[in-house]
Amino acid sequence: MKLFHTLSILFHQGKQYIPDPTKAEVPGIFRGRPVISTAAVDNEAVVDCCPLKAISFDGKMFVDLGKCGFCGICARQFPEKIRFTKDYKMATTIRENLIVIEGEDKPIEFGPKPECAKVFKGSLKLRQVSAGGDNSCEWELGATSNVNFDMGRYGIEFVASPRHADGIVITGPITKNMARATQICYDAVPEPKIVALCGTDAISGGLYAESEDIDRSFIDSHKVDLFLAGNPAHPLTIINGLLGLMNRKGK
Amino acid sequence: MLPLYYSDMKPLSIKNLQTVAFSQIPSTEDYSEFSALVHELMAIESCHCVNYFAYKKNDALRLIMCIANDDSASIEVFGFSLNDDKLESLQIEACNRFEREIAENFDLSLLNHSWPKPLRTTSDDYPFYRDEDEEIHEVGVGPIHAGIIEPGHFRFTCKGEKILNLEIMLGYQHRGVEKLMVEKLMLSQKAMLAESVAADSAVSNSVAFAGVWESLCGFTARKELLYARTLACELERIAIHTGDLSAICGDVAYQLGNAVYGRLRTPVINFIQKWCGNRLGKTAVRPFETPYPFTLELVTDLRVILAAFEKDFVEMSQKIRRFPSVLSRLERTGIVTTEQAEAIGAVGMAGRASGIYRDIRRSHPYLLYQAGNTAVKHHGDVYARTQIRMEEVVASIGIIRSLLDSWPYNEYSHAKENYSPAADSFALGLVEGWRGEACHVAITDEAGRLALYKYKDPSFHNWTALELAVRNNEISDFPICNKSFNLSYCGHDL
Ligand code: SF4
Repeated sequence: MKLFHTLSILFHQGKQYIPDPTKAEVPGIFRGRPVISTAAVDNEAVVDCCPLKAISFDGKMFVDLGKCGFCGICARQFPEKIRFTKDYKMATTIRENLIVIEGEDKPIEFGPKPECAKVFKGSLKLRQVSAGGDNSCEWELGATSNVNFDMGRYGIEFVASPRHADGIVITGPITKNMARATQICYDAVPEPKIVALCGTDAISGGLYAESEDIDRSFIDSHKVDLFLAGNPAHPLTIINGLLGLMNRKGK
Repeated sequence: MLPLYYSDMKPLSIKNLQTVAFSQIPSTEDYSEFSALVHELMAIESCHCVNYFAYKKNDALRLIMCIANDDSASIEVFGFSLNDDKLESLQIEACNRFEREIAENFDLSLLNHSWPKPLRTTSDDYPFYRDEDEEIHEVGVGPIHAGIIEPGHFRFTCKGEKILNLEIMLGYQHRGVEKLMVEKLMLSQKAMLAESVAADSAVSNSVAFAGVWESLCGFTARKELLYARTLACELERIAIHTGDLSAICGDVAYQLGNAVYGRLRTPVINFIQKWCGNRLGKTAVRPFETPYPFTLELVTDLRVILAAFEKDFVEMSQKIRRFPSVLSRLERTGIVTTEQAEAIGAVGMAGRASGIYRDIRRSHPYLLYQAGNTAVKHHGDVYARTQIRMEEVVASIGIIRSLLDSWPYNEYSHAKENYSPAADSFALGLVEGWRGEACHVAITDEAGRLALYKYKDPSFHNWTALELAVRNNEISDFPICNKSFNLSYCGHDL
């Protein structure tokens, strides 16, 4: 009887995994990579409406996805100018590639792979460091290994010790109180190793960038190998970014 | 029922989300008068401290005590002007942490305090409790933990496998939220900050922020706002509770439960994203408006999702309730007694698992919530906290269904008018997030600008509950105890 119950629960689950996370579609509205049109608007007003100063204007309009909090205010106030697409592939090895330019509707360029990517092709073990994160990116990083996203199928895993890891994934703006622990953790990872920044707070400091309780010296003094944009970064953004780093296709 | 006061000082009695002139808050310079009133109120069974903080204005330091009375649905507010660099402790356990915060933020020394330690200052020479017994050993864990979790340092004092004491050093997540709330001037910035205080509670915290802000502005939320917000809060509760149940199963190596609850959470958070564009419900709630209208299509969708969810959720939960190998790990593990929970002022789901009838939705109604009963357990163990989650998820589905049945279609309008907060005012908002009661307080200056924003997370009380829960448990049961509370580091550290 007991076994039957378990089997019936199993049966009721059906198939839950996403067959190919590089091609999956996100339901409903999702604020992925924005597109900036060439429509004439009050540019200053667009720039000013952004709570994170992610929009700039210099002959053309730019949106920096490393600063953007994906609040959608710009698109709601100026729908003719800024529109968010459902493109979740917002990962790159080059910081500047996160800047979206007016009139250009093309995918975020992934950029060159780091040298050590060859080594990680079959397996990538990562240590996560939350340093002032609001528990949203942490949450989504956790979701990548659930039965739906099942990132483990590509040999990507989050491990308990930096000694077992090939790199660290940082979330949060890096608080003063976490600065030393972040460095110690990084030092404990054997070479070759990578650094990935997950989410707006980690990439640019977000709303906390000017806080006196933040210490971003780690970012300033280390090469960052992967930027995963989002607030929080969507599991599909994370998986595609990491696959890119390993130079792997989906499936 | 209004209490009669014996003290000379009388508190100001306000309702949840009410705005009053700051000058109306009674204040004394006589500490014994203040202390007597605190003790008198805290002795009443239906009263607990929801916030106690200091506010500095023109170099004068004012301490403000906020005590909620669940019977009269009122919050008693009163103050004390401190003209000293020392703060005498009230010696009430439930106020301990508040006093540590006040002392730390304003460089005061604490007198006669039972635990005068830093609150958010992490250091190598933190004065941890030590036992000199030779048979005792210490285990230090963190700040970085084994999983994908936020940082904090746990210091266990053990005898063999048994935990005698646990002390938690927090503060690693301190990023200056409250200061930025005042410094960042755009309303959209403040709303984002409120949301990121603890993003797993983004919805309930933005509901509280919006409520407090609207109250300061004298804005009465329209019906469609209340519907959307209530719905969002309950969806958040369902999503996180379900995720927590998955994690609890994971920690006792029950794969099936871990996978089933894990995948059940997905359609709920994907639905939240379908509505507002974010899986955690960031941007779903903003002051004065519903940024993303809840359409007829969404109503229909949600009914279908809930029907499928409920069937599988109930089936899985029934299985666990009858599964000895899981129950044996959950039952009698990590007990917090009712007396302990009462003493430390435990709130929310963890409090209710230990026999405390405390649910702001019922006792201090806001949005569309009404007075009524709430699920309570008495054994205070991991299993009680598991059961509470199972029952609350089912109850939340009921609340959502009744909202959908009377959904106010076609009443959407975006706020175009400019509202501004009243000057020299004080507003307090309490909400019951999935973790429990969060308290938001805003004070404005003479120009109507925000002068102070105080946030209190439910974890502020409940971290102490975790410390108590693990005593006399095997250290190997720590993860399951911890998971059964799922407390917030960022919400505590701010
Ligand atoms: S969506 Fe991004 S760019 Fe647009 S207003 Fe919000 S933070 Fe700024």
